[in-house]
Amino acid sequence: MSDQMIGYSSYLITLLTMVAIYGVMGLGLNLNWGVTGLFNVGIAGFFAIGAYTAAILTTEETGKHIGGFDMPFWVGAIAAMITSAILAWFVGKICIRLRSDYLAIATIGIAEILRLILKNEMWATNGARGISNIPKPFESLGGLAGPLAFLALVVGILIVVYVLLEKGQHSPWGRIMRAIRDNELAARASGKNVERLRLEAFIIGSSIMGLGGALSAHYFKFIGLEATEPLLTTFLIWVMMIVGGSGNNRGVLLGALIIWSLWSMSEMVIQAFSLTGEFAVRVPYMRMFIIGLVLNIVLQKYGQGILPERHPGGKDAQPKR
Amino acid sequence: MSLDTNAETSATPEGQPVLSIQGIYKSFGGVHAVDGCSFEVNKGSITGLIGPNGAGKTTLFTIVTGFIKPDSGSVLLHGKDVTGEEPHELFHKGLVRTFQIPHEFHGLTTLENLMAVPAEQDGENLFKTWFMPGAVAKREAEVRALAEDTLSFLGLDRVRDELAGNLSGGQKKLLELGRSMMSGAEIVLLDEPGAGVNPTLLLQLGEKIQRLNEERGITFCIVEHNMDMIARLCDPVVVMAAGSVLTQGNMDDIRKDQRVLEAYLGSQTAEAS
Ligand SMILES: Nc1ncnc2c1ncn2[C@@H]1O[C@H](COP(=O)(O)OP(=O)(O)O)[C@@H](O)[C@H]1O
Ligand SMILES: [Mg+2]
Repeated sequence: MSDQMIGYSSYLITLLTMVAIYGVMGLGLNLNWGVTGLFNVGIAGFFAIGAYTAAILTTEETGKHIGGFDMPFWVGAIAAMITSAILAWFVGKICIRLRSDYLAIATIGIAEILRLILKNEMWATNGARGISNIPKPFESLGGLAGPLAFLALVVGILIVVYVLLEKGQHSPWGRIMRAIRDNELAARASGKNVERLRLEAFIIGSSIMGLGGALSAHYFKFIGLEATEPLLTTFLIWVMMIVGGSGNNRGVLLGALIIWSLWSMSEMVIQAFSLTGEFAVRVPYMRMFIIGLVLNIVLQKYGQGILPERHPGGKDAQPKR
Repeated sequence: MSLDTNAETSATPEGQPVLSIQGIYKSFGGVHAVDGCSFEVNKGSITGLIGPNGAGKTTLFTIVTGFIKPDSGSVLLHGKDVTGEEPHELFHKGLVRTFQIPHEFHGLTTLENLMAVPAEQDGENLFKTWFMPGAVAKREAEVRALAEDTLSFLGLDRVRDELAGNLSGGQKKLLELGRSMMSGAEIVLLDEPGAGVNPTLLLQLGEKIQRLNEERGITFCIVEHNMDMIARLCDPVVVMAAGSVLTQGNMDDIRKDQRVLEAYLGSQTAEAS
């Protein structure tokens, strides 16, 4: 293979790995918002707690942060799901019965508090310097084989999450979640314990976001404060879900592919103009602007996202407008 | 096919109170919506609940079924105090309500709206949907059959796969009744089932309620402004005004009661003429 080919392949592998990681988190958000109507804008918080959990459990002892337990990848990933689930349980227990905008405020708040803790509790997290040397599965394979094997691992996890969520969504469980989203009073009159069911969806969705955090930490071999900024997680994942089609898992994956490709290509395009000085500083805003523009264009053309939620009732069952 | 419901089979004998409403008070700010209301609903009856707008009938239903808590007073179900229990708890004890303004799952089809109701659905447990698909599919088939029976009972087969949000007002009312049928409840509180329903459909609706009462032994308490329907179906009739019970008895006596004429029926006939 020529050097150029290797370069392209490696770029493609990087891109797809990121798309798959975002896809996992997007599926978690879709369960929260798309399926159940839970306004979770604290993705960054669940991502962070998952990423740090995995980092602390799987790194070697360094003395710069707690942990260093040198545990295998899957232990860290499962633990990440558990810690983010516990966080979601606390937030949900307090807020889930409130109106959805309160849940939004609470989740943003928790995510920000968590960032402050991660920044200031140096003994646990190494503060702003973050945790490095997180082991990356299959790295020892080297060349293209290592990244390719890692991609396969992430895609495998994505498929498992996708299949389980699709099963749930197209079962009586999903029907009840959609029912609650449509009309809470009617759901309560139908004997459903709305609070418990919402909490369940909130916890499962959030723990999937935590899993995404763990995958990201292993992929970059590093977790630092920048990665927990809402822009890179909360904002992008919401856009992915809305562009792809809220309520439709396949749509969300398509959204992850489109938005992440644009996000990563916009960097190259902007670099190609070799901006300097003042303009270079503004590059991140340009990228956000481009994403915002795409969101607007897509919503103009497809109000419900590119792949709208499918109604099990078939094509007759479409909302009248 | 029989579908088990969660309703505790009551030991209450026919003709005895299944539901006792005892001295309920509820105010919103300065408005005394329910102001010391007490009456009983006997097993096997179709009890009417009438009274002018604002008398507190809907608020009373909302309290009795656990959606809001009363300021004071209690609700007894089969003689047991259930005041302050959640709607889903009361549902499992066989008490349900319908809404005056229909509340449907607008993004679900008519069939799905009904299928969402029954209790004890294995498929509503996420782990069972993943790991026990056989049990889930079996129960789902039972629920579907029951929902289809209910749809044809209500004459809603034609809109089986229509989204409930697209149904007409009258169809949504029928769906409300259907939901209470799917619940397997023994006691059903219907809040103005006839409002906005055309006269032909209203007659059918009345017959359906009567059939459910006779064939399935369901006890009803019905709020309704259509006095013909009340007279046809209900005995006894309870009259509420300004948050409490004005009088109760059979419809013939109620019609002659001077206080009822002043508070309610007088204005009803004036409106009608
Ligand atoms: N949630 C509420 N907040 C404030 N006032 C209410 C509320 N619900 C009902 N009311 C008031 O309580 C009174 C009784 O209303 P309602 O129970 O709907 O009467 P009815 O069903 O007999 O027409 C009315 O004056 C109504 O305005
Ligand atoms: Mg009313």
